[in-house]
Amino acid sequence: MPKLTIDDLKKIKEQYKATFTLREGGYRAKVTVHMGTCGIAAGARDVMNSLIDEMSEKAITDIIVTTSGCAGLCSKEPMATVEMLNEAPVKYYSLNGEKIKKIFKEHIQAGKIVEEYALVVGSETAY
Amino acid sequence: MQQYRAHLMLCGGTGCIASESLKVKEALSAEIKKRGLENEVNVVFTGCNGFCAEGPIMTVYPEGIFYERLTEKDIPFLVEEHLLKGRPVERLMYKEPEKRHAVPAMKDIPFFNLQVLRVLRNKGLIDPEKIEEYIARDGYMGAAKAFTEMTPAEIVTVVKDSGLRGRGGAGFPTGLKWELAGRVSSDTKYMLCNGDEGDPGAFMDRSVMEADPHSVIEGMIIGARAIGANKGVIYVRAEYPLAVQRLNLAIEQAHEAGLLGEDILGTGFNFDLSIYLGAGAFVCGEETALMRSIEGKRGMPIPRPPFPAQKGLWGKPSVLNNVETLAQIAPIILHGSDWYRSLGTEKSSGTKVFALTGAISNVGLVEVPMGIPLRTIINDIGGGVKGARKKGGRTFKAVQMGGPSGGCIPESLLDTPVTYEDIVQTGAIIGSGGMVVMDDSNCMVSMARFFLEFTADESCGKCPPCRIGTKVMLDMLNDITEGNGKESDIETLQDLCGDIISTSLCGLGQTAPNPVLTTIKYFREEYESHIKDKWCKAGVCRSLCTFIVDEKVCTGCGACQRACTQGAVTGEKKKPHEINQELCIQCRACYDACKFGSINIGPAAMREGLLKDTPAVSV
Repeated sequence: MPKLTIDDLKKIKEQYKATFTLREGGYRAKVTVHMGTCGIAAGARDVMNSLIDEMSEKAITDIIVTTSGCAGLCSKEPMATVEMLNEAPVKYYSLNGEKIKKIFKEHIQAGKIVEEYALVVGSETAY
Repeated sequence: MQQYRAHLMLCGGTGCIASESLKVKEALSAEIKKRGLENEVNVVFTGCNGFCAEGPIMTVYPEGIFYERLTEKDIPFLVEEHLLKGRPVERLMYKEPEKRHAVPAMKDIPFFNLQVLRVLRNKGLIDPEKIEEYIARDGYMGAAKAFTEMTPAEIVTVVKDSGLRGRGGAGFPTGLKWELAGRVSSDTKYMLCNGDEGDPGAFMDRSVMEADPHSVIEGMIIGARAIGANKGVIYVRAEYPLAVQRLNLAIEQAHEAGLLGEDILGTGFNFDLSIYLGAGAFVCGEETALMRSIEGKRGMPIPRPPFPAQKGLWGKPSVLNNVETLAQIAPIILHGSDWYRSLGTEKSSGTKVFALTGAISNVGLVEVPMGIPLRTIINDIGGGVKGARKKGGRTFKAVQMGGPSGGCIPESLLDTPVTYEDIVQTGAIIGSGGMVVMDDSNCMVSMARFFLEFTADESCGKCPPCRIGTKVMLDMLNDITEGNGKESDIETLQDLCGDIISTSLCGLGQTAPNPVLTTIKYFREEYESHIKDKWCKAGVCRSLCTFIVDEKVCTGCGACQRACTQGAVTGEKKKPHEINQELCIQCRACYDACKFGSINIGPAAMREGLLKDTPAVSV
């Protein structure tokens, strides 16, 4: 490591922002990729990888990606749920690497739901 | 930079390593690789998380799910369920003692949510072996501010105004110490760190050095700048290998990054730092003895004045601060003295780290604002006395604070706020932060004897009051616990205590009588029953008790019979059992094993009477 200046300290802090946003629990949006057996078989891993690549490339720091099990609609997998802070969750279906990138760009970054891929807004009531 | 969707913060503190977190780490890495998740999931081996009793522990982010007592066998299932399928594994989560349901998130667990982290700000959040992760959490920004925006005098003023007091035990104002050394002009000055943590049951400093070594280094750089020191030494005991390893690595990284050595952060200031390994003598935690030890001499205190601020290490002006004190410095510089004072009381500001051990449910490391009542620490954060919830379970008796230099505080004083001034009123001291909780199965005379044995052993031998006085006291306590105590012993002990306190040179002798004084003050009746009735009611002092079965309560479950190593307990199933006094060695195993409280502890005379009545066993 070369000798650091005060600017370097700030740069390092900036670079690690995403890592610590995740560990400290402060985030703007959460994307859940449904990874049940059906999801994985239908290609959910490609969706996940594509999303993480996109985030790394754009140096996005305030979005978390997580996995969950089968969403219950196996025929429409791979599925993902996008939850923007203080907004109802949106479920997308029959995804692939390209589609999730578009969702990332339009919904997560610009705040506009990608209607052509969206299945439903909101989630089931649970008791 | 590679981004991950999940971070697994596995504890790599000494406590968790002892409960085999290294094996868990290997299993995790292997499983993550097997599942092809290595580019999505990051495993971080952190410093001590503090909740040592539940180790090995791991927090999974972003959810903040808290897993405890992991074994390598749990890992394949955990990785598949939580990381692959996104279903946190309830079976492995923390469960609150009184409730059965799992509490998944760290912020919902009382042990964590009642704490305020300043010293331990990075615990479990960073990889202590990566300087970048420390920097990412505002690391070295305090140093940067101190070096570019502040004069040495301004640094001293902020630290003075913060009210920070030495966390090693004495509670001397840190800013004042720096001011005194800063005023002296000399070609060489030393900035020293005291990592010679020696109180039985204390592990605050070890955890800070292991979990966040850079926070200590940053505090030292700022201190060096404030007093004008160009050389520094961290004195650590050799029994802390992991702390030494992480400090060495951190010093190396800081050197490479230009945060140590010449021209720090391009400001022209030079500061070199090295580590000195202590051999583990308790007295070397005393500042003048510590400096002699670094010089290669026998660790013995010398009279003050001259104070180390004038003539310290190698005869040069020196400042010695404790590990925890130094870890507080950078945030104070960064956020200011008012921020620091926003917690704590007028005379005891900020937070203090305590090591909770003994008969308590949540053994571990906790950081709380000063002024919090002892009761909150013990009952809410600590989860109360271990086994107290069981029927006929244990009850709280006392908490020993300040180790061998401190004293014990009884139940009636548990509402005492934890500040330097209030704790001293009870006869104990805050000390370095050891808190040993004792339940009703502890004998206070034995406890005082234990600590005195420690100080008598660790006395350096320089002053007769400490060297001979502690030995005489120890002999008297041995006599009392063995049934040879005299009625005048309590007064003689109190006299001796006063003399040793007023005539010893250093803190070791001046505080060694505290455990005896406080136990006499709060538990005098225990001394009296040992001396007059030859009766140790807790059943700890073997020559002063008789174990007998209460036939009315005994259910004949046989637990005592199984626990007895001498074959002294006999009886048929479901019928009251009996203890053969001839074979009994008073080890108390039957008493501890009994779930119904049917074993009673009587005085020594009872056993003698029973033995006389029993006809001799024919061989």
